[in-house]
Amino acid sequence: MELFGIFFAAFLINNILLIRFIALCSFFGVSTKIDTSLGMSFAVIFVMTISSAVSWAAYHFILAPFHLEFLRTAVFILTIASLVQLEELYLKKMIPHLYRAMGIYLPLITTNCAILAVAFLAIDYRFTFSQAMVYSIGVSGGYSLAIILFAYIRERMMLAPIPKWFQGYPIAFLTAALMSLAFLGFTGMFGL
Amino acid sequence: MSLWHDLNQGIIKENPVLRLMIGLCPVLAVSNSALNALGMSVAVAFVLTCSNLVIAAIRKLVPDQIRIPIFIIIISTFVTISDYIMQAFTPELYAALGVFVPLIVVNCIILGRAEAFAYRNPVLNSTLDGIGMSLGFGLALVSIGVIREMLGAGSVFGLTLFNPAAAATIMILPPGAFITIAFLMAGLNKLENKVQ
Repeated sequence: MELFGIFFAAFLINNILLIRFIALCSFFGVSTKIDTSLGMSFAVIFVMTISSAVSWAAYHFILAPFHLEFLRTAVFILTIASLVQLEELYLKKMIPHLYRAMGIYLPLITTNCAILAVAFLAIDYRFTFSQAMVYSIGVSGGYSLAIILFAYIRERMMLAPIPKWFQGYPIAFLTAALMSLAFLGFTGMFGL
Repeated sequence: MSLWHDLNQGIIKENPVLRLMIGLCPVLAVSNSALNALGMSVAVAFVLTCSNLVIAAIRKLVPDQIRIPIFIIIISTFVTISDYIMQAFTPELYAALGVFVPLIVVNCIILGRAEAFAYRNPVLNSTLDGIGMSLGFGLALVSIGVIREMLGAGSVFGLTLFNPAAAATIMILPPGAFITIAFLMAGLNKLENKVQ
């Protein structure tokens, strides 16, 4: 039940894009087409789960016992950057069709702040390992849900008559505002 | 002339938030009050100026292939410094900004300026570029913060302007951030069109 609560809090109630405002660059950048947002979502789910496991272990087994907590910013970002490279090499060699699907989105992930944010938040909330894993799956699921819905709306919006000053980013932000309002409606669900 | 240009560039012409659309996450997340926005701007200004200065100073010693990891280490050093300073001296602000303080390290503005400017220019120009970009970032962030706090809580920097019960709470909730920035950008588009 507790894990279920963590999952839904991360997935809907505190949606990482629409409520917490993390990783917005990718939210507006790759959501112009459904294909690109699908590719990005898969890459985020894949990388976030692995990197939050590794950074959790790095913090609790290396940094904390030696009282090096102040190094966490540097250690996490380097861990994630090198992990992404490693995953890219591995996928290219072992699972080429998955690599083709994620393709260019993997290197972009290094600068996706959601990955780093989840690593920090899992430490700040004092999660155990299984809680941290459920949390990162919930966050990446919420990310995918929001970005894919947004891409569908933006594709529709291509055909809509939009006032001249609002074309491009302004209307995208207004759309995001309405989506954020809708997600705000989940507050209080499951007593969270 | 050129020094003035370096300082000036970031404030309006290449305003990182409203023109280049980078570094958006903290802008939307911490602008629910003017004070939080100011605190975030100061932290980003410190990290951006210092990292530009250091990177420009050591740019001839850095091998081209491993420059990005080196930049990241330098930036994360300054982020850790500001993280600990805020934790020690302004604990309330630190609690309000939360995870966005360590996240300054992946703020695209900082790595972007390191790569695009500080790595190719002398120390003085790079420092001025850092200051100018920070001013542009701060200007956008604080004005969004002021607008949201005024409409959403009826106050500015904590000073009450009108009865908070009459304020539109939605503006300090997450959707308000998107609405404010959408209208600011649309207004800027219109203004630019008029000037031309």
